[in-house]
Amino acid sequence: MLARGGLRLDGLVKRFGDVEAVAGVDLELPPGKLISFLGPSGCGKTTMLRMIAGLERPTEGRVYLDDGDITDQPPHLRDIGMVFQTLALFPHLSVAGNVGYPMRIRGAQKPEIQARVDELLGLVSLHGLGDRRISQLSGGQRQRVATARALALEPRLFLLDEPLSALDANLREQLQVELRLLQQKLGITTIMVTHDQREAMTMSDLVVVMNQGRVEQVGEPLDVYRHPGSPFVASFIGRTNLIKGEASDGQVRVGDRPFHVDGVVGSGPVTLSVRPEDAHLQTTPAPERNALTGRVVFVRDLGELFECFVDCGLDDPVVVAGSPRERVDVLQGQSVSVVFPREACVVVEG
Amino acid sequence: MSEVRRPTRGSWAVLAFPLAMLTLFFLAPFAIMVATSFYHRIEGGFYEPAFEFASWQRLLQGVFLERTLFSIGICLLAGAVCIVIAFPFTYFLTRMRRRSHVALLVLIMSALVLSEVIVGFAWSVLLGRAAGISNVLVWLGVMSEPAAYQPSFLAVLLGLSYIAFPYCILALYPQLSRLDPELTEAAQTMGASPWRTFWTVVVPIGRPIILAGFLLAFVFTLGSYLIPAFLGRPEHWTLSVFISDQATFNANVPFAAAMALFLTVLSLGVVGIVTWFEGRTRR
Amino acid sequence: MRALKWVLTTFVVLFILAPLIVVAVVSFNQNRYMDFPPEGFSFHWYAELWNDVGWRDAIVTSLLVAATSAALAVVIATPMAFVLRAYDIRLAPAIFALGILPFLLPPVISALGALVFWSSLGFSGRLENIIISHAIFFSTLPLITVSLAMETMDPALPEAAQTLGANPRTSFRTVTLPLLVPSMITGYAAAFVLSLNEYIIAFMVSRFSVVTLPIKIVNDLRYGFTPTIAAVAVVFILIATTTFALFALFGNLLKFLGADPAILERER
Repeated sequence: MLARGGLRLDGLVKRFGDVEAVAGVDLELPPGKLISFLGPSGCGKTTMLRMIAGLERPTEGRVYLDDGDITDQPPHLRDIGMVFQTLALFPHLSVAGNVGYPMRIRGAQKPEIQARVDELLGLVSLHGLGDRRISQLSGGQRQRVATARALALEPRLFLLDEPLSALDANLREQLQVELRLLQQKLGITTIMVTHDQREAMTMSDLVVVMNQGRVEQVGEPLDVYRHPGSPFVASFIGRTNLIKGEASDGQVRVGDRPFHVDGVVGSGPVTLSVRPEDAHLQTTPAPERNALTGRVVFVRDLGELFECFVDCGLDDPVVVAGSPRERVDVLQGQSVSVVFPREACVVVEG
Repeated sequence: MSEVRRPTRGSWAVLAFPLAMLTLFFLAPFAIMVATSFYHRIEGGFYEPAFEFASWQRLLQGVFLERTLFSIGICLLAGAVCIVIAFPFTYFLTRMRRRSHVALLVLIMSALVLSEVIVGFAWSVLLGRAAGISNVLVWLGVMSEPAAYQPSFLAVLLGLSYIAFPYCILALYPQLSRLDPELTEAAQTMGASPWRTFWTVVVPIGRPIILAGFLLAFVFTLGSYLIPAFLGRPEHWTLSVFISDQATFNANVPFAAAMALFLTVLSLGVVGIVTWFEGRTRR
Repeated sequence: MRALKWVLTTFVVLFILAPLIVVAVVSFNQNRYMDFPPEGFSFHWYAELWNDVGWRDAIVTSLLVAATSAALAVVIATPMAFVLRAYDIRLAPAIFALGILPFLLPPVISALGALVFWSSLGFSGRLENIIISHAIFFSTLPLITVSLAMETMDPALPEAAQTLGANPRTSFRTVTLPLLVPSMITGYAAAFVLSLNEYIIAFMVSRFSVVTLPIKIVNDLRYGFTPTIAAVAVVFILIATTTFALFALFGNLLKFLGADPAILERER
């Protein structure tokens, strides 16, 4: 399949009155991939998607699709398919009516529409449900109808605005996988907005992390997880321990303890990020380097997961997590030490 | 604003038709009426363009002011009667079992579609001497001879309350049906009797719609023509009757116009004042 | 408290029913005079409604006026409700207020305005005058019902239509309008009923030349009572009750009146 749907965003800004929802975004996105716009509420991700769809006009900047400038094109002339947060299924039309709508308004003939509708319903595993009313469908089925409808005319861009947020957790995870498989099968350039980082991690080829109208980091999910570029990204994706320290000539000290960390140059305050699953809990005396001592504040033993919260005198308790095999027998109030291996320490600030 | 919500040339064109209709057939008549209030009245029911305050000055006459005060009074009273009965009734209604709930609503909606003339007629019979309540009482032996209770102040009040009542219920119904039953249940678990719960929980929560229903009834009854004309003597007539009387039988259109404008200001004024007052006492 | 509930309900039911019962009794009375207890039973007065040309004409006129003016009211109100709610227009509240105003003001004012307006144009006492004046006066009702429908509609629907390739006009025609039809019908029905019953505007505008049903009733009452009037009232009541009862049985009366959906789940 010819890879089409290469999107380029050039200096996009969107202001609503005094509020800057998107504060300057430059992105070049590869075609044929599933890209997530990930961030907390109000970070501008939905506004970005709507500007790509043509539902919002950028205050500044241009949008290019396959090198063509589409910034001034109204939504109905853009080659896109979109799934809305509320799904926006037409209540007065049946399932087949909804899915066939794009073709019907372009004047296609009934047999043609029928054939294509059947094909699409098959694609999303909704065989034979063409005559149902929307109100008779379950949440998961409605999601699939919305997907089929958006893909009816094989658009260059497939846009999804928090498509699974209305579903309960189990269904959501199931549909995440389904959508991803569908996207891979069709090879269609897909942009998905979500605030759920697990969803982004599950489905995406590329993650665009946004905060307060700006792009903080772009990269493959695992890459962004292992090498967060800022404290925000580190704590938004997965959980992390943020440790503040002081660097002098490439050496880092946290409090009065030395830390060996890769990639430190110069001097000044630094912030390190260490994932809870990379930290180790020890009841024996702490090693000299890359360790802190503290008191156990809380133990959370979920059977499948073991977590320990330790107060080491930092702003927040340090979280150490591990599988049942790594379980360490500790009591609340007990004195312990936490080890932060060198390779697990990532400099996110400074 | 979203691009899809940005008005287009086409949308303005579509809006033009209703706007033109309203301007031509509502604003224009209204403007003409304002002008007419300053016109000079000619005997025989005509009037000619002029600019004089004669009609407006008549508004200051005792007769007119008395009529105004009476109208306001009886309509406020009718509104009060309506809402005092409608509020608890609607509250109970929303908690009834489905069958009686629906049956009552059908009954009330049916009363809603009756025209004023039929309501006036029915009440005049009910309160009359020939086939009304008093006749039933005579037939039952409770009274010795039939009596007529109309035309009277009471008859007008009852008639006005009757026509406004279904509207009050319709206005109260949506919100009262949404009143969370857990609120009253919580109050009762804290020791409040149903009576106390009603006064300390339901009424305070319902204050905005009580006020809205009351104002609705007030404005509605103020506009009623047939009920006061039918069920009351001239001393019981409201401004609406007075105005149409002046316009038709007395053929003094400029004066009628002046009064009509005054009534407009009055209606909007009372609503505005009460709403403002409520907004102030809210916090 | 429970006692109060029953007392109140009984009182309200009696209050609402009392005039209706009276009128029904009178309408079946054999002789011409109202009396109680009634003498004899007759359908005579109901037959009068059809046999008497005066009554027949009045009924037909009223139905014609109501049907036409309600249609015109919907035609005026729907574009307005749509544009004001679909687009962000700064003057929207003012325009909406203008649409509400005719109905909000005491009818006498609109009646007088219409009277003055039509006479100054030289058109007096024409059927069209009543139709147009009624349409304007009652356009508030479809305006409210259609506006409400627009407000409860998912704002993403027209957006979705556009992303699927529909231009604004097609989006309105294929998505928005079909969803507005129920509210347009409701608005039509409300305007229809109110026009049928309306007296003062019709009277002042027509000035004896056009006779609608309410006008005929009032005129007849001035000259003395005939039970035919009562027969009209009973027919009205029966039609109304039947309509609402059917609606309640086959439609969703409670939801229509704005009930909380949870109420619909309660036990019978």
